[in-house]
Amino acid sequence: MRYDVQNNEIRLTDLPDEHGHFGPYGGIFVAETLMEPLDELRVAYERYLSDPEFLAELDADLQHYVGRPSPIYHAERLSRELGGAQIYLKREDLNHTGAHKINNTVGQALLAKRMGKTRIIAETGAGQHGVATATVAARLGLECVVYMGEVDVARQEANVYRMRLLGAEVRSVASGSKTLKDALNEAMRDWVSNVDDTFYIIGTVAGPHPYPAMVRDFQAVIGREAREQMLAMTGRLPDALLACVGGGSNAIGLFFPFLEDRGVALYGVEAAGDGLETGHHAAPLCAGTPGVLHGNRTYLMEDRDGQIIETHSISAGLDYPGVGPEHAWLKDSGRANYVAVTDGEALQAFHRLTRTEGIIPALESSHAIAQAIKMAPTMDREQILLVNLSGRGDKDMHTVAAREGMKI
Amino acid sequence: MSRIAAVFSALRDQGRQALIPFVTAGDPDPATTLPLMHAMVEAGADIIELGVPFSDPMADGPVIQRASERALRHHIALHDVIDMVRRFRETDQATPVVLMGYLNPLEAMGYETFAEAAAEAGVDGVLTVDIPPEEAATFVPAMKSNGIDPIFLLAPTSNRARIERITATASGFVYYVSLKGVTGAGNLSLDSVRAKLAEIRSCTDLPVGVGFGIKDATTAAAMAGFADAVVVGSALVSRIEANPDDVQKAVAEIKALLSEMRTAMDAD
Repeated sequence: MRYDVQNNEIRLTDLPDEHGHFGPYGGIFVAETLMEPLDELRVAYERYLSDPEFLAELDADLQHYVGRPSPIYHAERLSRELGGAQIYLKREDLNHTGAHKINNTVGQALLAKRMGKTRIIAETGAGQHGVATATVAARLGLECVVYMGEVDVARQEANVYRMRLLGAEVRSVASGSKTLKDALNEAMRDWVSNVDDTFYIIGTVAGPHPYPAMVRDFQAVIGREAREQMLAMTGRLPDALLACVGGGSNAIGLFFPFLEDRGVALYGVEAAGDGLETGHHAAPLCAGTPGVLHGNRTYLMEDRDGQIIETHSISAGLDYPGVGPEHAWLKDSGRANYVAVTDGEALQAFHRLTRTEGIIPALESSHAIAQAIKMAPTMDREQILLVNLSGRGDKDMHTVAAREGMKI
Repeated sequence: MSRIAAVFSALRDQGRQALIPFVTAGDPDPATTLPLMHAMVEAGADIIELGVPFSDPMADGPVIQRASERALRHHIALHDVIDMVRRFRETDQATPVVLMGYLNPLEAMGYETFAEAAAEAGVDGVLTVDIPPEEAATFVPAMKSNGIDPIFLLAPTSNRARIERITATASGFVYYVSLKGVTGAGNLSLDSVRAKLAEIRSCTDLPVGVGFGIKDATTAAAMAGFADAVVVGSALVSRIEANPDDVQKAVAEIKALLSEMRTAMDAD
């Protein structure tokens, strides 16, 4: 099915509409049992995100617990080597637990507390969202169950151990492709069975309304800070923003406060895996088609019969066949560009940033770095690229070492 | 009168309730489905729910998830399921068939293309788990204009406003999900189902089926005391899983369980 883009006067920042639609994307596609709990969540989200007391508590947590604002760093040596645009990094890797994921889990956990829920569940791919959820659950004394695909449990052992240390129960999911999408299915099944006392903290800007909007709003702190910081540091806005896109939460968090700054180009970087031409990738925006999965309509990796196909990426956090519906809309509307980089290119970028700047990026974030490395040399020295360094690479030591034939 | 309406009307006259078995098309292999459908009718099924396999069956418990996986190993697609119904209709023009599954395969085929092909093959209704009426503005007319009943779920969490909205949109019958959970779950409460059904009936004259968690003849008979139809899925599909090397035995066990349910439901 194909959709025409409506060229109307709606401000991009006004979306979604009251039913969670971003143009033809988003919405609520779930079984009836979840409709009422989702409405309850929407009401709480709309109430508390305009409640000064809630926002003050959230801000205090972001400052004192997460460590915000995260700095912006001018990667001067890398920029000099590339000989083009200046590369700046938004250092989400310096947050507590090492990635942007905690911005959202702190927010949703406060919401869970306000709603009187005593049990938290989450899905996780790379384990960053699972760790960030287990972390806030530990702090608030809430029971926590994290669903994780069997394949991801094996490739992200360290994060599994961290979650268990934090008191969470990690349930390995052996159905389907045994990765993030199956963990999400299983978390949904848990939620539908335990809706009375359970709050489902979705980790990305996907799922049924209000999740895509709510997670974006919690992550938009990244872009709000970055906009002010760049103006203070450079006296102007960047020429382009770059961020990796799996579900797309770090990207939308950075992009959203810049959507009406039409002079700022937006680049979402998907995982091309072995290469888009091989079919072994996780790039629904670059090479997928619209469909319905996990509660929303968006671009998907699917076959012609509408079955979801298995994805591939070296980075577990990008290994997902869907993408947030707002990204689908930003693609069709032309406001954002979506590109893809391969496992190999991401690995090269991982090493290059590590060796030139002394910063070890997550493999997910390495995709955005790789795109900056491609673009910078084609630009002037006065131009600015701002890359969201969404997470740190400590969790990926085993993956990188194994890929390069080393055992650690 | 549609086949579904005719069945409910006849049963109502007899003071009986419909027995609706669910199996996944193509489980454990494509050759089994057609004879299994006929066998279920012989054992007393009034309407057949045929599951369309999907890679991500979010509302299903492990038994039906694995049935989907077995069928998908044979690459059973939506058009294959429609073909199975076409062949079923060659010898059975009376028993309604409802396709049950998830939205994405229908999105991929296109609502109108699907509805035309399904109607032409003899499909009577479609129950798409993950499309609430709010998102069904083009879906429902596409089905109804081709004579396909769009069947919707109601749940323990559905409030009165939702019940009214859903029953106003649905046709054929409505399907009450008897518990908060996935298919095949074990936390069924008869009293709460009875209370909710009374509320649903105060909103609609459509027949009300009950499913999720009905495992044996005793429960089926109890449900038939206040529902118009009893849907049984995981308990049947688990017979296929229990006999991986003997499809005939699986079919025989499914027939036996359905006959038991039929007898128990008709006893009072």
